[in-house]
Amino acid sequence: MSEKELGKKLDRCLADGVVKLGTGLGLGIVFSVLFFKRRTWPITLFSGAGLGMAYANCQHDLRSHYLLHTSEQVSLGFIGPLIGFAQIFSF
Amino acid sequence: MLRVCLRGVKATAQKSSGRIRLTNVQQCREYTTGESSGASRVVAAGLLTVTGGIGGTIIYAKWDHKFRAAVEKNVPYSEWLLGLALGPVSQDSGLPIRKPMESIQPPSMLEKQMRTSKAKSEKKLKETTEYGAQDSGPTSPQPAQNIQAEASAEATQIISAISEVQSIPAPCDTEPTAAAATVFQDTKSAGTAEPLRERSAEEVAARLAQQNQDEKDIITSLSARLDDSLASSAKATLQAIGAQEAALQAITQHTHKLKEAMEAEGPSEEKSTQWKDLEAALADRTTSVNDAKTALVKANEALDSLKSVIDKSKGLKITAARPLILAAEENLHKMVVDLDKVVSKVQSAESEAKIVAQYTELVHEAKQQFQREVSSLTPEIQANWKGLTGKLSTDDLNALIAHAHRRIDQLNRELAEQRVREQIHMEAALEQQRAEDQRALDKAVGTAKQHVKEEARLEQERKLAELREVIEAEMRTQLRRQAAAHTDHVRDVLKVQEQELRAEAEQELSSKLLAQETRYRQLTQEQLDDFTLDMNAAYARLKGVEEAIDSHVEAEEEARKAHRLWLSVEALTYTLKTASTESPSMPLEDAAEAVRASCVENDFALALASALPEESLKRGVYSEASLRARFNSLRSLARRVALIDESHNTLYQYFLSYVQAALLFEKQQEVPPTQLRSEDLDPFKLLSYASYCLEHGDLELAAKLVNQLRGEARRVVEDWLIEARLTLETRQVISLLSAYANAVGLGTTQAP
Repeated sequence: MSEKELGKKLDRCLADGVVKLGTGLGLGIVFSVLFFKRRTWPITLFSGAGLGMAYANCQHDLRSHYLLHTSEQVSLGFIGPLIGFAQIFSF
Repeated sequence: MLRVCLRGVKATAQKSSGRIRLTNVQQCREYTTGESSGASRVVAAGLLTVTGGIGGTIIYAKWDHKFRAAVEKNVPYSEWLLGLALGPVSQDSGLPIRKPMESIQPPSMLEKQMRTSKAKSEKKLKETTEYGAQDSGPTSPQPAQNIQAEASAEATQIISAISEVQSIPAPCDTEPTAAAATVFQDTKSAGTAEPLRERSAEEVAARLAQQNQDEKDIITSLSARLDDSLASSAKATLQAIGAQEAALQAITQHTHKLKEAMEAEGPSEEKSTQWKDLEAALADRTTSVNDAKTALVKANEALDSLKSVIDKSKGLKITAARPLILAAEENLHKMVVDLDKVVSKVQSAESEAKIVAQYTELVHEAKQQFQREVSSLTPEIQANWKGLTGKLSTDDLNALIAHAHRRIDQLNRELAEQRVREQIHMEAALEQQRAEDQRALDKAVGTAKQHVKEEARLEQERKLAELREVIEAEMRTQLRRQAAAHTDHVRDVLKVQEQELRAEAEQELSSKLLAQETRYRQLTQEQLDDFTLDMNAAYARLKGVEEAIDSHVEAEEEARKAHRLWLSVEALTYTLKTASTESPSMPLEDAAEAVRASCVENDFALALASALPEESLKRGVYSEASLRARFNSLRSLARRVALIDESHNTLYQYFLSYVQAALLFEKQQEVPPTQLRSEDLDPFKLLSYASYCLEHGDLELAAKLVNQLRGEARRVVEDWLIEARLTLETRQVISLLSAYANAVGLGTTQAP
């Protein structure tokens, strides 16, 4: 069912986000404790990074249908990754 | 300062406008007053021009009739007007134009009549040529008057009677006939002064025959007269010639005898006989000379009469008599010549005889003289001195001798004198002779000249007659040639006409034949067609009956099949209904199989049965209610992702579209318009339209509307769309099948 797909995607996003956030947080805490003298900024950094990654993943997942895959390209092999990057990084 | 200028300008403008208005009013007044007078003036001028034009036209038409005719032709009611004004078109002015036309007519008519009556008389060539030529000569150049027009008409008729050849005007031999003809003409023309008409061939022939007859009569009488006079003159001339010859003979005889008598010295008896003969001869001669003279006179008389007759006959001027006249003239001339010759001969003989007579006289005189002398000397001695020897004495003899000597002396003296005077005498004699010779010569020359002249004239006349004959012969040949050419032409024309007529007739015949044939063929064809038609009709009816029976059987078979089909289709439709709210219907495979089984021969139904989609066969289809329910849940989702498409698909866009969905409110159900405009393609609108359609049971339209979604919303509703399509397809096929089955059933069902 195509209508359920979006829900599934969002679930995955959420899960992924939670995971990444947690992981980032953890890592941040670890790093902050270990290497950065219990400063706050590594925690926020890593959690932010984790959140960011989760965001990017979620976005990529959501727009994966609209991306042209390199296998579908006929010629000019360098254009594929270029377009892919452009698509990824558009806002 | 500006204000002052402005004020000034305004003032001037006002003043000028005031003035203009004033002048305008004034002018208007003038115009109004002048206009009336001006208008009347214009009207008057116009009327004047028109009347002047009409009057001028009428006057000119009165003067020039051609102009009048032109005007009457071109302007509609002008003839009425001109008739009123001038009276009807007058006729007298037509004459001066026509007279010169008439004068031109006869020559043209000459030619026309020549051509028209070419075939009239080919026989009367000779006489008509002369006659016509005679007439055409003097009369053709004067066409003006009526009588002479008649004459020229005569000429044309005659010329036309011959051919187109212009005849050479022959010399005036045919005057009497021409005179008679002109008299005839005058009487005729006096009687009928009407335009020229052509005489019939019979009249012309009759007249020509009449002319011929007259001429012949005249010629016969003439020839008779000529012959008579010729005969008489010939006789007289011959007589005269005979007499002259006889005279000549007598003269020569006499002269000869005289000469003999002079020279002969025979005895006296012979001498006397000689003298007697001489006398007889002389008498003979005188009688014959007299006879000759009388005969000559008679001959001359006869010749004169002949001459007069010839002249008279010449005066008649008939060509046919010409040779006769010519012959008579020649004869006359010959006779005259002979006569003259003989006369001259006689004259020469006479002159000779005169000489001889003179000589005889002289001799005789001398003898007489001598005799006298002798007798004077010797008076006794008489007559013939030759027989005197022996009768004379010596004295007589001596006297005689002396006389003789004296005589001899005398004679010698005379001789000497004569010798002296010889020359003079000779000259005198010569003169005399010359004079006589001259006279004779003159006479001879005169007669010879006359003869030569006469001969030359005769020669000329003969030559003329010959020439005329030659010309006549030539003319005859030419005319014959013309006639031949004419006959040839006529023959050719006739041939051509015959051919044409024949061709026409044949064509007519063939066309009629063809028509008949076609009609016959048509009739037979019609009959055949009718028969065939009848046969075909009967056959068709038979066939129809057979087919009806077969179709009955077939129809029953069909009915059974249709029934079966209908039942199976009903079963199929029922299986559709087994779909519940959530689960699809039963797989339609069996029912479809049943349908297929029940319509083995029916391609249409078979095709339809096999057109059922695979999914529906295997899995079954969802019901409309389930789809409706599903749509309702879909709707909110689609609303939430309304902004997302290929270009707008970041997470932020997702957030925005969620916010939009939360904040935007649209009608739950909206009536879809009959035609979608661009603003109806908004997803919210489309969803409300589709919802309305679904609520009202129109799945098809709802699917169509949902199909218009684009982007992520489209992806979300994709599955629903597929299901809806499937359901729609299946339903369509089944409805078609059932409709078909119903139709077949209805078709095969027999009405009670």
